[in-house]
Amino acid sequence: MNAPKLDYALLAPILIILGGALIGVLVEAFLSKTRRAGVQLVISFVTLTAALVQVIRIRRSGSSGAAVLSVSIDAAGIFIQGTILVLSLVALLLIADTDNFTAQASAIPGSSQESVAIQAGKQQTEVFPLTLFAIAGMLLFPVATDLVTLFVALEMLSLPLYLMAGLSRRRRLLSQEAALKYFLLGAFSSAFFLMGSAFLYGYSGTLTLNGIASAIHTSGNNNVFLLIGIAFVSVGLLFKVGAVPFHNWTPDVYQGSPTPITGFMAACTKAAAFGATLRIFYVALDGAQWSWKPLISVIAVITMLFGAIAAWSQRDVKRMLAYSSIAHAGFILTAVVSLNSHALSGALFYFVVYGFATIGAFGIVTLVRDSSGEVGDVNRWIGLGKKAPLTASTYSLFLLSFGGIPLTAGFIGKFAVFSAAYESGNIYLTVAGVLSSAIAIFFYLRVVVMLFFQNPESDSVSVVIPSVMTRIAISICALATIILGLFPSLLLNAADSFALFTR
Amino acid sequence: MNANNAIVLLIALPLFSSAILLLSGRKSDKWGHLLATAVSATTFVIGVYEFFQMHSRPSTDRPLTQKLFEWISVGGFQVDASLLLDQLSICFVLLITGVGTLIHIYSIEYMSHDHNRRRFFAYLNLFIAAMLLLVLGDSYLNLYVGWEGVGLASYLLIGFWNQKPAYATAAKKAFVANRVGDVGLSLAIMIAFTQFGTVTFAGVKAGAPHASPAALTALGAMLLLAAAGKSAQFPLQSWLGDAMAGPTPVSALIHAATMVTAGVYLITRSNFVFDASPTAQAMVVTVGAITLLFGAIIGTAKDDIKKALAASTMSQIGYMILATGLGPIGYAFAILHLLTHGFFKAGMFLGAGSVMHGMDDEVNMRRYGGLAKAMPITAVTFSLGYLAILGVPPFAGFYSKDKIIETALNAGGAKGILLGGATLLGAAITAFYMTRVIVLTFTGAKRWDSKAHPHESPILMWLPMAILAIGSVASGFLLSSGSALVNWLQPIVNAGHHEHNEELLKPAVVSSLALGLVLVGVLTAVFKYRTVPVDAPTKVSIFTTAARKDLYQDSFNEAVLMHPGQKLTTGLVYTDEQVIDGTVRGVGSSLSIISTAMRKIQNGYVRSYALVMVLGVLALVTTIWLVTL
Repeated sequence: MNAPKLDYALLAPILIILGGALIGVLVEAFLSKTRRAGVQLVISFVTLTAALVQVIRIRRSGSSGAAVLSVSIDAAGIFIQGTILVLSLVALLLIADTDNFTAQASAIPGSSQESVAIQAGKQQTEVFPLTLFAIAGMLLFPVATDLVTLFVALEMLSLPLYLMAGLSRRRRLLSQEAALKYFLLGAFSSAFFLMGSAFLYGYSGTLTLNGIASAIHTSGNNNVFLLIGIAFVSVGLLFKVGAVPFHNWTPDVYQGSPTPITGFMAACTKAAAFGATLRIFYVALDGAQWSWKPLISVIAVITMLFGAIAAWSQRDVKRMLAYSSIAHAGFILTAVVSLNSHALSGALFYFVVYGFATIGAFGIVTLVRDSSGEVGDVNRWIGLGKKAPLTASTYSLFLLSFGGIPLTAGFIGKFAVFSAAYESGNIYLTVAGVLSSAIAIFFYLRVVVMLFFQNPESDSVSVVIPSVMTRIAISICALATIILGLFPSLLLNAADSFALFTR
Repeated sequence: MNANNAIVLLIALPLFSSAILLLSGRKSDKWGHLLATAVSATTFVIGVYEFFQMHSRPSTDRPLTQKLFEWISVGGFQVDASLLLDQLSICFVLLITGVGTLIHIYSIEYMSHDHNRRRFFAYLNLFIAAMLLLVLGDSYLNLYVGWEGVGLASYLLIGFWNQKPAYATAAKKAFVANRVGDVGLSLAIMIAFTQFGTVTFAGVKAGAPHASPAALTALGAMLLLAAAGKSAQFPLQSWLGDAMAGPTPVSALIHAATMVTAGVYLITRSNFVFDASPTAQAMVVTVGAITLLFGAIIGTAKDDIKKALAASTMSQIGYMILATGLGPIGYAFAILHLLTHGFFKAGMFLGAGSVMHGMDDEVNMRRYGGLAKAMPITAVTFSLGYLAILGVPPFAGFYSKDKIIETALNAGGAKGILLGGATLLGAAITAFYMTRVIVLTFTGAKRWDSKAHPHESPILMWLPMAILAIGSVASGFLLSSGSALVNWLQPIVNAGHHEHNEELLKPAVVSSLALGLVLVGVLTAVFKYRTVPVDAPTKVSIFTTAARKDLYQDSFNEAVLMHPGQKLTTGLVYTDEQVIDGTVRGVGSSLSIISTAMRKIQNGYVRSYALVMVLGVLALVTTIWLVTL
């Protein structure tokens, strides 16, 4: 038996990240606590940059056989990997502000152990290697082409995230609760995914996406195994992207997690999970679209309407952004249903603009504080426009982009996916999309009104002066949101040329 | 200067100057207002130059386009950021830059005591840029950008004195009403896109004859909703009165002459949609007729001089909207009235500002009286505007409003009688409330405090008023002599091809009828306001009470729009959170509450989430199973 042929150049980005993560673990074990934070940051930064450079170098040399039949580093995969790496770099700048993380995660909240750790000022920095491990999983998930590799990648990206959700320095119980909830429900949904994989294997006798596609093509497709397989695999994917009715972890986890992690999770996980979702539906299940298209369409409509309406009456800033991310999952799902290359390129574009706006928005959330930490209560954000006009305007910019107001990147993103949905003949989906984005606009604008047109009720809230890195992160996000709104062709053309899954 | 490449300067110059003023901070306090005014004047000069260039070209070569850059290119869908200067947009360019420049000059003096004057001028320039983009965009999408831009500038200016809570509230109200309209516009853009695959005016015009009537009606209805939001038309009219909280020059520029007429522009620009859909046209005339009466009635009971003028603006725009619903010939008359109204209403607003300036910012007309002696120039310029709005020949309003009344009467059948009746009735009420303003402000006994020292305003303020007054006198005659404007706009709105209904009444009869009714209105007002109590009488008929309360428009909005919307969202979230989410929402800041609460909820909680997931899975499997049956 010959050893399997691996294309190391194509797999290099993932391997680089894993290598960096392992070095990070060693640093965490052997370096003194006072020097860790700086070293970890440099390692993470260098690792991510190296991986990004490698992704750029291989951008034209993609191949469907990077690791036998298990990994396909194709055009769309490379684009998604690049997106995840760029967004991670920006998110890393927020994570670098270690003040947001607990000094010692193993200490029981409120215990003397904890206060000792805080007073000693010795910050544990396991968040950096964890982030890198999660990123490695995220890079693998959208390029994996067999069900087992997909499952491994899914767990690889999820497990570190479960931990990272519990690392918040303040309101630790809420954070730990979020972590546990995320873990339990994530495991539950993974079980469905695995079960669905088993059914698909039972149906087709193969684990590769191409094999499943050809099985659907040749054998009759009205098969119970196939249908249950599709349904269960969808559950796992829909859970990760946060679509209704598998969304209910989102508000709790987004609220409980340390805010920089929420931003990272919201932007990068969504890109990775949607990347895999698009690949599975476009490559493997294309032939059975009659069975799942109506289903995913309905879920898309419900998801965007639910997210847009429920966001309206949230009182917590992070929960509000969580519901808004649910709505956006619905918008991107329209691209899954459309099944054409324009939808794919629209979705690729959407990941980028949504990612930047999300990281930026959560970055702003880390800045608005009172004496006990971040201020989640949205009523206390009222009148922020008078106290901190720049912060409030930047936050409004991200909200307007979420809402899809013209001249922001979000508008172009919505237009791209909706026009693709229209092109594929899903006119009702386009209409539902426009209607729910109209509802969503109201909700985003209400926040803008609160920030600028209402008088503050209390003055205890203040905007801290951001650290250099936070400032750079937010500036990058704001600039990207504006530039991609004014000159979207820069990225749209790139997304167009990369919008291809190699079968 | 190349006529083609200068179009972008119209937008770029004020935008650039606005940015300079905002970014340079206090450093430009000394010269900021001068720069802004100079830039505005320059755009007017460019506008005049473009006009003469256009005029010298043969009719078919008049429209110019300038492509700036490729904006969106997604698959088969492409939108360029490009500008279109044609016979319709040049009218607006001249109005916006001309009136805009006068108001810049006026504001130099009016805002001279405000330490944020530079910021005010920055916003004014920003508004000019956005408004020009609105009328120069060559597609609905480009228009939408300007549409949002003027909205933004408008809130910034209404809320300019936002240290006063009432003013900030007013800005918010305008914000919300405009959003409703914006949703209409974005839906219209989507409908246009789904129907025609393009959103340029030319593309939609080319496709309109082949589109289904239902789609055109839907498109028309959404455009009308957008127009209603921006132009304060029924049922989105309630914000205009509150918007008067802004500085008076803003009311004159944005809420009388330019921005609020954007709805009229939108409908006129989309004439090919409305001409192809009688249902949409019927909606347009209905909205116009309701609003023109609605505004006029509210105007009769307002004691605040600016609010009275705002109600009048609402009513006059109602006339314009009604005219746009009357088919090809109506568009030209709507634009005619829009232009003359731009002169006389802006003039009257500046007059009101001048009165307030002399009276320590008093706005209650019951505390004016006999001001003609103290402010002769203001009184004369205001009166010329007054004669124009009444439609007394040969003042401007006579040429424009009479044409609308005539066209409405000749719309044919019961429709003609109803619409014509509404416009005639509106004219009579207009005469009543405008006379009331004049009588209360400028004639009769003085009712002001002994502390007030009314005085005429300085030249920088009265000069713009005088120029606008000349416009109030002459613009109507100039624009309509030899059907100048109708012929000018003919290629855009197809005014030549209108069907001839039987004339219900001869033009001379219509004019005399209108004048007679106006006279009745004037005399009633003069008689009723021989003496004016300083405090508004409280024992009044229910009609007066209703009119004072803006015909209960706010109560209506709350009952019909706000409460059901709130119920829906709270209901949805309630189910989500009570059934699924438990009590976590109440988790606030206190650690002890969290820990006790957590222990209680942690168990049932994830389980119920998981339960929902299982139900979701069942639903998924069932659906797939049902689909494949």
